[in-house]
Order: sequence, then structure tokens, then C-alpha cells
Amino acid sequence: MKRIYVKEEWCLGCHLCEYNCAFANSGMTDMVKALRGKTIYPRIQVEQDENGVTYAVSCRHCKDPLCVKSCIAGALSKKDGVIEIDHDKCVGCLTCVLVCPYGAVVEDGSGVAQKCELCMQNACGTPACVKGCPNGAIVYEERGEAE
Amino acid sequence: MKRYVIIGNGVAAAGCIEGIRSFDTEGSITVVSAEQHPVYCRPLISYYLEKKTDLQRMNYRSESFYTDNGAEVLYGRTAAEIKADVKQVILDNGDRLEYDALCNATGSSPFVPPMQGLDTVQYKFSFMTIDDTLALEKAITPESKVLIIGAGLIGLKCAEGLHGRVGSITVCDLAPRVLSSILDDKCAAMMQKHLEANGISFVLGTSAKVFQGSKAIMQNGAEVDFDVLVLAVGVRANTALVKNAGGNVNRGILVDEACRTSLPDLYAAGDCTEYHDISSDTEKVMALMPNAYMQGRTAGINMAGGAAAFDNAIPMNSIGFFGLHCHTAGSQPEGCEMFEEADENHIRRLFVKDDKLTGFMLIGHMHRTGIYTALIRNQTPLSSVDFARLKIEPQLAAMGSAYRDKVLKGAV
Repeated sequence: MKRIYVKEEWCLGCHLCEYNCAFANSGMTDMVKALRGKTIYPRIQVEQDENGVTYAVSCRHCKDPLCVKSCIAGALSKKDGVIEIDHDKCVGCLTCVLVCPYGAVVEDGSGVAQKCELCMQNACGTPACVKGCPNGAIVYEERGEAE
Repeated sequence: MKRYVIIGNGVAAAGCIEGIRSFDTEGSITVVSAEQHPVYCRPLISYYLEKKTDLQRMNYRSESFYTDNGAEVLYGRTAAEIKADVKQVILDNGDRLEYDALCNATGSSPFVPPMQGLDTVQYKFSFMTIDDTLALEKAITPESKVLIIGAGLIGLKCAEGLHGRVGSITVCDLAPRVLSSILDDKCAAMMQKHLEANGISFVLGTSAKVFQGSKAIMQNGAEVDFDVLVLAVGVRANTALVKNAGGNVNRGILVDEACRTSLPDLYAAGDCTEYHDISSDTEKVMALMPNAYMQGRTAGINMAGGAAAFDNAIPMNSIGFFGLHCHTAGSQPEGCEMFEEADENHIRRLFVKDDKLTGFMLIGHMHRTGIYTALIRNQTPLSSVDFARLKIEPQLAAMGSAYRDKVLKGAV
């Protein structure tokens, strides 16, 4: 099962992954129209530590997904190794935000929860954060978790 | 082939079924369901009133859940007795179910304290089930004056659900503040102000003494006119079956980390149980849906011969009203230190004792709160992380590079 991993030694802290993520999930075809002048709600978050090291954090699609176990709407599930949100069922209670130990489930700006679904629900193909990273600091590869 | 019986058909039961099947695909599973519905998301009943969901979407699992898992559901049946010595459950119709492993997932029931004249009230409801909700929905009109007894999670979610569908909503509670089980005075005041700004009226610090048809007279003499009454004072764990079978019961059925009761091959899970809260190091009834699922799953795995433990339970709540959200978790043990950051629209209170985060209350800003929750669950020594940064906002950057490498560079 492929997952998104970061190479923090290559991360520039440019936040482009956040913009690519927001654009990929906007459903629009023009990045400027999709994002210009708007607050973005990406599913990947760039952090910086006390030494200035930067890296991006997104859903780990973990083996023991607390978000799935805790969802009060039955809206989160793990299918073929990917944790997905059924947006039709989500009521925006944000219990998943309260339990995700990595801070990888976030509110989408309209009151419901969203998270990285590896760009499998949009038309992106390879995850947009990976494809658009100018320095190869985000990779999409197999590192051996059983599904 | 093992015979599994589950009494109850809520989320703990669903967890139990999934736990059993993760380990044993052969054994028979029989579910005793008092309600006539497949497992549904109980906390969503207020969202149903609000029309943010519907009965179809409220189902917790897919339509084929029981058949996929080879579970038989006896709808409309309740258990009358557990005969632990011969491993049988006697149903209300006299039928007997033999079991090799049993899970008591009977949930909780609304608690209605004795109140004078309650029988004179024509339209009165609890707010726990789909059937309660449909009955309440039938009784309301756009002119209804609704009185809700109880300003806790259930009463206030009911108020939010009814908002816009009735004429007026008044909530009363004996406690001097709203959400008294999860918020302290300052946080509760912020939430109450927001609820009031959305048209909810409160009568706090007093309870209804006498009902006279469509009038409630409070202990402090105040009078409230209403035509629909909702009783949301509190809930009680349904412990009777296990208690009568000789199991150890306090306020809830006592279970250990494996969700075992004191009786052999008898497990319990969900709102009917009392179990260990690691944030306060005490046994508590923590009637929370996430914990119910995790207990049910744990019980199921152990019933099927596996080894699972739910050993990091804490109380936690994510709840919002009219767009203002609140996250709480853990506890505030005596002698804990509080760190606060607040302005007009948000508040963050972190509680620390003995180098550990024991709890928090957040209103208004909910970004990545789970990082705090994990600190409580994992009982992470705060001296091992950059707590000064965590006080500003939850972030993995404060957890040290070794933790980050583990989480972001490999499978977790």
C-alpha cells in the first residue's frame, strides 16, 4: 500500500503543497480562480520545528484509525488501506479532529471534516502535494504497512 | 463453533460484531435488539431534527452489515435474565439463548427524577432514540413553546435541533451553568452567551418543582409556560441484568481493560459500563460513543479468543451549537495547574499535573486538537516535549524529531 511520506531534509517550507492540495480538491480547473483571495483549507499542513526544519503533515492512514472508530456518524471508513470520509454522512461534529493524534483531520471551512484521501476521490492521479513539490520532499511510495 | 450473544444493538454491539469477526469468521452471532432499528448513530437525532441528516443516512453501517457479518438480529426483543451459571440468556418471550461468550451492551436509560404533576403534562418526551425523536417531531408546531429540563449535552443538542422549528425554547437546569459535566464556569458562560444570542432562553440554578398542565413552577418560584416538555435530566446505566446475575456493579457494570465483567465469559461494553479513566485514575461511567465502539470491539476480540485491551480511555467530547464548537477531554484533578489563552471568541484551557497534560477545554478554535488528546492518552511527560510551543498551538513540531520520524517516515 502506497502512502505519503516526507523527506524533511528536502523541504523548503514553501507551502506549495498546501495550495496544490486545496486546488486539487476544489473541483475547479483554474488554480488562480480556485484560490485567489480565498482562505485555503488544505488537507496537508506544513510545520516548522525550533531548528527551522520544515515538513508537511497529512493523514497517515494508520493501522489503528481512531478517527474511524470514533466517528459518531459512521462517515469514516477504511477501504483498501485508505481512510475516507463520506461527506454525505458527515454532520460536522469534529470528533475526528478531537481524536486524530497527528492533527491530520481538519475542518474544511464550511463546518465539516476533511482529510487526505491520497487524491483518489479527485481527478489528480498521483497526489497533488507529491506531484507539485518542487524539491521532491514529499513522496508517494510503499514502505510496507499491511492493509 | 462458538455461540456469541450480544444484548443490545447500539454502537458497542456493532463494535463487538466487528471485533468477533476480526478473529472468528465461523461462530454464530445473535443480537438482541429492543429497538426495531438496525444500529444507528444515536447522537445524530438532533441533526435529524435540524434536517442535517435523515433516517437513511443515520444508519451506522451499511444495509448488509448483519448479513455480511453473519449476525442474526432479534428485533423487538429484550433480555429478561442472564443465567451466568448455565450460560443462558432468557428473553422476554421466554426463549432461551445459549452462549459461549456474552456481551452485555444494554446502554443507558433516561433518568426522570420524581417531579410533582408530571402526569398532568400532555406532551412530554425523552430524547435518546429515533422513536423519541419522531414522536417529538410529531408534537411540535412552529408556535410550540418548548421547555427542556436539563442543560447538558442531550438537552442542549435537542434545543439546537428544535431551533427554527418551534416558537420558543427554554432550558432549565439545577446546575448554575450549562454543560456542567464538561465545562467550567468561564467556558460555560461563553457557550451560554452564544446559545442565548441564538434565541435559547435559560432558567439555571433551579429545577421544576410542580407541573400544572402547561405550566412549570420552579423551586425558586419562577413560572414557565410551555406546551411541549423534553426531559433530559440525565441517564442511568442499564445494569440490572448483570447485577441480577451476580456481577459486580457500581453506577455502571464494572469492567476491566479487556471489557470483562466479574462473571466468566460475560463481557460488557458501552454506556452501561463503569471503567478506568486514565486521566483522573478513577473508575467512571463515560457514556461516549467513541469509547462505546472501542469497548465493543475490544470485548468482541476477547470473546473470540483474541487478546485486546482498551487501556487508555478518557472522557472526551466534541460538541458544537450554532457554529460555535467546543472540544473537551480528560479531567482537572485537584491541584492541577491551568494554562489559559482566551479572547472574546475563543478560549483554550490546558490542565497540567505531575508533568502530564490531564485535560483541556477549547471553545472556538478546533484546529488539530487531537495532538493534545494524544498527550493525555499516551500520558506523555511534558518535560519530553516543547510544551511552551504546544500551549500556543497543537503541532507535531513540539513533539521532538524522533517522534516525527516515526510518524511521518514510516507506517503507523
